[in-house]
Amino acid sequence: MEHENSVFHAVRLIEEKCRGCVNCIKHCPTEAIRVRRGKAEILDVRCIDCGECIRVCPNHAKTAIADSLERLRDYRVTVALPAPALYGQFDDQIKPEQVLQGLIDLGFDDVFEVAFGADLVSVLVRRELQKPGVIRPMISSACPAVIRLIQVRFPNLVDHIVPVCSPLRIAARLARPEAARRFGVSPEEVGLFFISPCPGKVSAVAEPVGYRTSAVDGAIPICEVYGPLSRAMRDRKAAGQPQARVRSSGSGIGWARAGGENQAVALGRQISVDGVHNVIDIFEDIERGKLSQVDYVEALACTGGCVGGVLTVENPFIARRRIRMLSERPGPEDAPGLEELVEALDDSIFRHDEPISPRSITALADDMEEAIRRVERLERVLETLPGLDCGSCGAPTCQALAEDIVRNEARETDCVFVLRKRVQDLAEELVELSSKLPPAMNHQQVDIASWADGVLRVEEEPAPRS
Amino acid sequence: MTIEPLEQLVQSFEIAGQDFSRAGEVSSKIRRILQQIGAPVETIRRTSVATYEAEMNVVIHAQSGRIDLSADRCAIQITVSDVGPGIVDLDLAMQPGYSTASEEVREMGFGAGMGLSNMARCADDLSIDSVVGQGTTVKMQFRTNG
Repeated sequence: MEHENSVFHAVRLIEEKCRGCVNCIKHCPTEAIRVRRGKAEILDVRCIDCGECIRVCPNHAKTAIADSLERLRDYRVTVALPAPALYGQFDDQIKPEQVLQGLIDLGFDDVFEVAFGADLVSVLVRRELQKPGVIRPMISSACPAVIRLIQVRFPNLVDHIVPVCSPLRIAARLARPEAARRFGVSPEEVGLFFISPCPGKVSAVAEPVGYRTSAVDGAIPICEVYGPLSRAMRDRKAAGQPQARVRSSGSGIGWARAGGENQAVALGRQISVDGVHNVIDIFEDIERGKLSQVDYVEALACTGGCVGGVLTVENPFIARRRIRMLSERPGPEDAPGLEELVEALDDSIFRHDEPISPRSITALADDMEEAIRRVERLERVLETLPGLDCGSCGAPTCQALAEDIVRNEARETDCVFVLRKRVQDLAEELVELSSKLPPAMNHQQVDIASWADGVLRVEEEPAPRS
Repeated sequence: MTIEPLEQLVQSFEIAGQDFSRAGEVSSKIRRILQQIGAPVETIRRTSVATYEAEMNVVIHAQSGRIDLSADRCAIQITVSDVGPGIVDLDLAMQPGYSTASEEVREMGFGAGMGLSNMARCADDLSIDSVVGQGTTVKMQFRTNG
């Protein structure tokens, strides 16, 4: 997939379906959408792939691009990496081992649970929290939309991100050599496919933040595998017993719902925040230094956690209950010593391999002198706008329009109220000018004066506005 | 060589004393402006924490107050002035943990006595002028190293 300088985004617009309404611009947490020429336009540098616009678009004009099962053909050996949220998509009777076997029946050669990666991350986060003098509160690194949110809107908080990889990354780093060994192929011949609940993770697979290269070869949405996987599980049930082995603990699976990560880490003063707008509120508090009494913030962009991802199928509240039930099943104690496994592995497996760098979208210009001039102009522009945040200009708020104006990306007359006022002023000026007469014509003075008087009276009693 | 005058941003904000529901709004606005002018991340962090503490002090202790912001390429100046009780013993007030906040305020999670010491820690330069029974003015400077 495309890389280089532009930021990869899984979230896309389906132009034919977009009617140019303002639902998406109003909900976007980074003000990354403008309506231009009747269509929503996603601004690459601002988009964090949270999927809010996909959720709210009444015309289903927003979508997420991802891989399909067809891509399995590109590799000699394929391994599915199911997100923990996948287990929450099916009936209560369906056990995790059936889901894993179903993936194998679909054509994958093997499975490696991201929930097992989550088990390892839980151990590592616990260790980070015990280190003396670490910055507090630490913020979970699990949700890629939250990581991108921090980069663009909360650059001050980059250092708060816990220096431990996401469960997906760790699972992928372990899965590749394991599959290569097991099937006797080279690591490059192994195709790792993440089964994703959200576009954020699809983007993180295509263009990871904090890593030089991607550890995963593709991402397939949960909603894409749901149908074939359900059929595969039904067929298997008819044919015999499932064989796939579940490696993860209940706590690892629990990461699929909000609060699950904290439950697995279970150390210190933790808070769990879900829903991207709630996450923004909490991050603002952290920036003020208000959350110094908290050690760890589990921050998830989707309401309810990953089960609320826009690429899932099951109602998130139902899925959340199933995940809770699964997370209560006997767990960590039967999992093979996680602490020992962490000790045995090379520490670099668990780390980002490049810093997560801020890429703030707030600065009004690259040059500070120019930016200061623009901030001053911004104040003046804002005073001329009505403050209704109606969205008719294509920007989400009057503030956002004012910022676009001082960046020379929009005009003051894009505001319908400003435009109306200008037209009105112009009309008044026209009337005023029409009463002026050259002195040579002053024999008409009397008539014109009575006519102008009429105009004035009309002005005093304006007609009701339609 | 001619030295061009630095472009300077000057803005003022009013703070209502005792209004806890709106407490923090001014420091959020100031943080946004500093982000808009592209001040360095580290400077914004220190300025935000100190401005928030100063704003909270006005909300907790004073009747009303204001924050004046001035910023240029080299430094950010924050002046917080209030009409309020003033500080009786400045040395004591600077000590971490010392607080004169009411029990009620402390129950809301404020007034832990870290305000002034946090401000001193964050600012490159801090001066306090206080007249008991009239009010307090805190001046803070943050260098941008720009």
